[in-house]
Amino acid sequence: MTTTSLRVDVATAMAPMTRRERVRWLFADTFTIAWRFLAAMVRMPDSIAFSAIQPMLLVLLFRYVFGGAIAGVHGSYVNYLMPGIFVQTVAFGAIISAVGMAEDLQKGVIERFRALPMARAAVVTGRTMSDLTRNVFSVILMTALGFAVGFRVETNAFAFLAGFGLLLLFSWSLSWGFALIGLLVRNPETAQLATIPILLPFTFASSAFVPVGTMPGWLQAFANNQPVSQIVNGCRALMNGGPTETHVLIALAWSLGLVAVLAPLAVRRYTRIA
Amino acid sequence: MPERPAIEVRDLVKVFTKGRVRALDELSFEAAAGTILGVLGPNGAGKTTAVRILSTVIRPDAGRAAILGIDVGQDPAAVRRIIGLAGQNAAVDENLSGRQNLLMIGRLSHMGRGPARRRADELLEQFELTHAANRPLKTYSGGMRRRLDLAAALVAEPPVLFFDEPTTGLDPHTRQEMWTWTERLVRGGTTVLLTTQYLEEADRLADKVIVVDHGRVIAEGTPASLKADLGATVLLVTLEDHERATKAAALLAPIANRPPVVADSSLEINVDDGPKAGSEAMRALDGAGLAVLGLVLREPSLDDVFLRLTGHRAEGAIAEEPPITAAARAAP
Ligand SMILES: Nc1ncnc2c1ncn2[C@@H]1O[C@H](COP(=O)(O)OP(=O)(O)OP(=O)(O)O)[C@@H](O)[C@H]1O
Ligand SMILES: [Mg+2]
Repeated sequence: MTTTSLRVDVATAMAPMTRRERVRWLFADTFTIAWRFLAAMVRMPDSIAFSAIQPMLLVLLFRYVFGGAIAGVHGSYVNYLMPGIFVQTVAFGAIISAVGMAEDLQKGVIERFRALPMARAAVVTGRTMSDLTRNVFSVILMTALGFAVGFRVETNAFAFLAGFGLLLLFSWSLSWGFALIGLLVRNPETAQLATIPILLPFTFASSAFVPVGTMPGWLQAFANNQPVSQIVNGCRALMNGGPTETHVLIALAWSLGLVAVLAPLAVRRYTRIA
Repeated sequence: MPERPAIEVRDLVKVFTKGRVRALDELSFEAAAGTILGVLGPNGAGKTTAVRILSTVIRPDAGRAAILGIDVGQDPAAVRRIIGLAGQNAAVDENLSGRQNLLMIGRLSHMGRGPARRRADELLEQFELTHAANRPLKTYSGGMRRRLDLAAALVAEPPVLFFDEPTTGLDPHTRQEMWTWTERLVRGGTTVLLTTQYLEEADRLADKVIVVDHGRVIAEGTPASLKADLGATVLLVTLEDHERATKAAALLAPIANRPPVVADSSLEINVDDGPKAGSEAMRALDGAGLAVLGLVLREPSLDDVFLRLTGHRAEGAIAEEPPITAAARAAP
């Protein structure tokens, strides 16, 4: 027989939460929701396998398809290319945030979340945290494979890890943006389609694969100043060396700025429709 | 001290602009603490909309509602800590196992890891799901899913529960079990609002029933009082065929409280004095040369109440022909 010890009385229920409690529950609930996605993923080994294959294929294809052809780069093109591939891969990996969020909105369990005393924002923050966790693995995988096909760090381990961190921070900022797209279109297929016109120009009209200097002037203006290029430049500086400070600072500013803008928008959008 | 009702609903209005539907139209009712309130109504009556507003899932356009004295509009966060919801569609995560689902709900209800785990196992056992506890919900049957959904509503042992058609899709055994669980909960002081299409269920469980149609309460009372309002007894007569039943209906109309209802080869009339009406009916039908194959006297069911109030049978009840009109009654 159960005891009634779990039951919350009215006075306790109505007691206002302190700011601290609110923050604590936001973290705890975010953790629970992130766990929810990761636990579901573990149950689908085939989906893990396929999501691992994509970044690996990208590394291999870009390394061997473009690796020999593109000139005009100082030093090793593989070393030049790899940070670009990393950034491109986490960018495309963020599609899952859009699709997953839209999918989640159609699930019955969302209805129950709305009737639970959980922090509402956690449905979105948990989503982006689980995507971040996934990205940690895909970046590790890509790096390992990168090393196998000739990528070498020209700086030091510390700088390389900082580049790694920058990459993850950028992926996290994209997760928020793409989660917002998922929340806006509310349909998984549409969400997936909606991310492509953003991803293609930003990843290809960038410094990810070729030096921007080879592009027509009007395109250079865009390619030089858009966030994907900035992150790639930052990662390159940290992994391949060269003038570090400005590139890294700009890249950091972009990532943090995107999080600062997109996270509240996504959370607000979710609480609006929920 | 007179206790405040556990659930108070005043003039709730909800308009869905998309379908231009006034789903709730000044809906008002109450449920006393520690009782079961049955909400009956045909499809589209507004039952689910009412449950979703009371459980803070959506907001009303007008009106107020309070759960244990807490206003759902002003303090939804507090309301969420004292309610459990099992909505019309099972609200579970298909990709997680039964145990993981319950664990997740426990954690999101801000229970500690240990208590959440213990509670999950306890509920899995109570709802006879232990054998499937670690399987993803995708592999559950409809009834198993429904049971898990009900279990999920009970995780935090909330004092007020909302069950939206809880036994739809359950087999008779599980339905009985569910009734027993609900009764046990209520004995422990829990208040339950349950919507149902099964009049038998409301009859068996509910302390009070409200009948909702077009977003308003059209009748309210105990199952017994609602039935009593209908008149004392239902007389069910079976004849050889539909044509004869129709003739008999015309013949018996004068002794009935309301126009008789004919279905196939039987007819139903509502009378005040059952035994007397029974023998009168036998005599009249005998005199007209109509052979009576069966004659049954019974208490009116909530089904009858429903039919009377809404002009149609509840979903799932045996389809009946419309009541015979005055014109038909005048025929020989
Ligand atoms: N999200 C929505 N958007 C538009 N219309 C809605 C929405 N939800 C409900 N409605 C409409 O509101 C009315 C009441 O619906 P509701 O689901 O509350 O009925 P119900 O009594 O639960 O019916 P059922 O017995 O079929 O479950 C219906 O006409 C329905 O079409
Ligand atoms: Mg309904």
